[in-house]
Amino acid sequence: MSEELKKTCLHDLHVGLGALMNPFGGFDMPIQYAGIEEEHRAVRSAVGVFDVSHMGEVAVTGPDATKFVNHIFTHDIRGLEQGKVIYGMMLYPEGGVVDDLLVYERGDDDYFLVINASNIDKDVDWINSHAEGYDVTIDNQSDMWAELAVQGPDSERTLRDVLGIDGSALGFYTFETLNSPDPLIVSRTGYTGEDGFEIYASADVIRRYWQKLIDAGVAPCGLGCRDTLRFEAGLPLYGDELSAEITPLEAGLGIFVKTDKDEFIGREAIAAQKQEGPRRKIVGLELKAQAIPRHGYEVLDSEGNVVGAVTTGYHSISLDRNIAMALVDARLASLGTELQVRVRRKVFPAIVVKKRFYTPNYKK
Amino acid sequence: MLYYLPTHEYARVEGNIAYVGISEFAARQLGNVVYVDMPEADDDVVKGEDFGAIESVKAASDLYSPVSGAVVEINENLIDNPRLVNEDPMNNWIIKVEMSDPSELDSLLSPDDYQKLCESEKH
Repeated sequence: MSEELKKTCLHDLHVGLGALMNPFGGFDMPIQYAGIEEEHRAVRSAVGVFDVSHMGEVAVTGPDATKFVNHIFTHDIRGLEQGKVIYGMMLYPEGGVVDDLLVYERGDDDYFLVINASNIDKDVDWINSHAEGYDVTIDNQSDMWAELAVQGPDSERTLRDVLGIDGSALGFYTFETLNSPDPLIVSRTGYTGEDGFEIYASADVIRRYWQKLIDAGVAPCGLGCRDTLRFEAGLPLYGDELSAEITPLEAGLGIFVKTDKDEFIGREAIAAQKQEGPRRKIVGLELKAQAIPRHGYEVLDSEGNVVGAVTTGYHSISLDRNIAMALVDARLASLGTELQVRVRRKVFPAIVVKKRFYTPNYKK
Repeated sequence: MLYYLPTHEYARVEGNIAYVGISEFAARQLGNVVYVDMPEADDDVVKGEDFGAIESVKAASDLYSPVSGAVVEINENLIDNPRLVNEDPMNNWIIKVEMSDPSELDSLLSPDDYQKLCESEKH
């Protein structure tokens, strides 16, 4: 690797807390502090804070902003109210996924796109390359914004008591912009299956907030438990459950693709796949054996033929079960289907279960 | 006598028997162990080849045998309580091997050399 790893504005504070640091999405990121299990439990039972400043932010503004975002985005943003956040994807014409992202509606001509760190350069190129003929300004602001995620059942109280931010009026997937004096965005969103907030602000503000939260005893949480938490809630990770080779329909995310919209990149491919039915599907798997399915492990049918692969798997911390999401032949995707997973030298029986292993506790 | 592989497995040797486990350094790096995938008694192991795996929440790591020989016993305590490896890795060995070629020990790392390796891996 010749490329230098980027650092978030909190990097020195992570190191000071003794975090285990590892590369992720081109950044040197904290994987864990006290330990993945402790951090995971803190978020499920109380509150934890994540540095997610590695995420990318792109502002799309101008008279054609609504039309343009609707052209590159699978969800329908027409008529979306100011202050709403919406989840969806950008697709290739063939139906594979460029990235999954959040779109914040700041106004009819002003959208804020939040994209995956590992995809920032690719996404910005993709967005720019499709803007011809649209009266829009595309501004990659990824280096301008830092971001914290405060997640867990106590997050609303923590925001109020520690940061002086009243999030009580914010519904799930809505946001508010505060000027304090720099712009700051607070949304009731997250990636853990719990109630929580994400705060976008300048590096200075984020550093101050992070320190206040840590001083108040909020558990610092790394990317290790971010992955175990999102996995239990059945949320996809780009690179695991979504990629250029996996369509949203295969990933079970068809509700975020509005094929009834006039047009968007990838619409025809998804409409056709909807008609025929996808040939592969992401399913949940449970192993009854004491063996842990991991990303890339082979999934076999009862006769031993390879029918797919594990996309994410863990010994679930909240559920104490060995579970996985896997991309398998759609004919073997119905609940209760008996499959097998190869774990190193041995093959273990597995059963298809719902991939939302843990029922999220969102504030609706 | 204590010997190490660069991949962090140790062999604690008593006579012709080697108790094989993972080092304290490796146990700390792994974090909480949730599962130890062990061979069965009577299985053969080969020096430098994998004989099982140790799993933390995050990932599975292969286990390599520092010696060749036959597994005479596995540490059954680890089946229900894999975390013993975190608590005391030196006493909670994983497999007990009857060595077929004790001269293989000559090519393993001494405790001093292994310490130096760990120091260099910290950076």
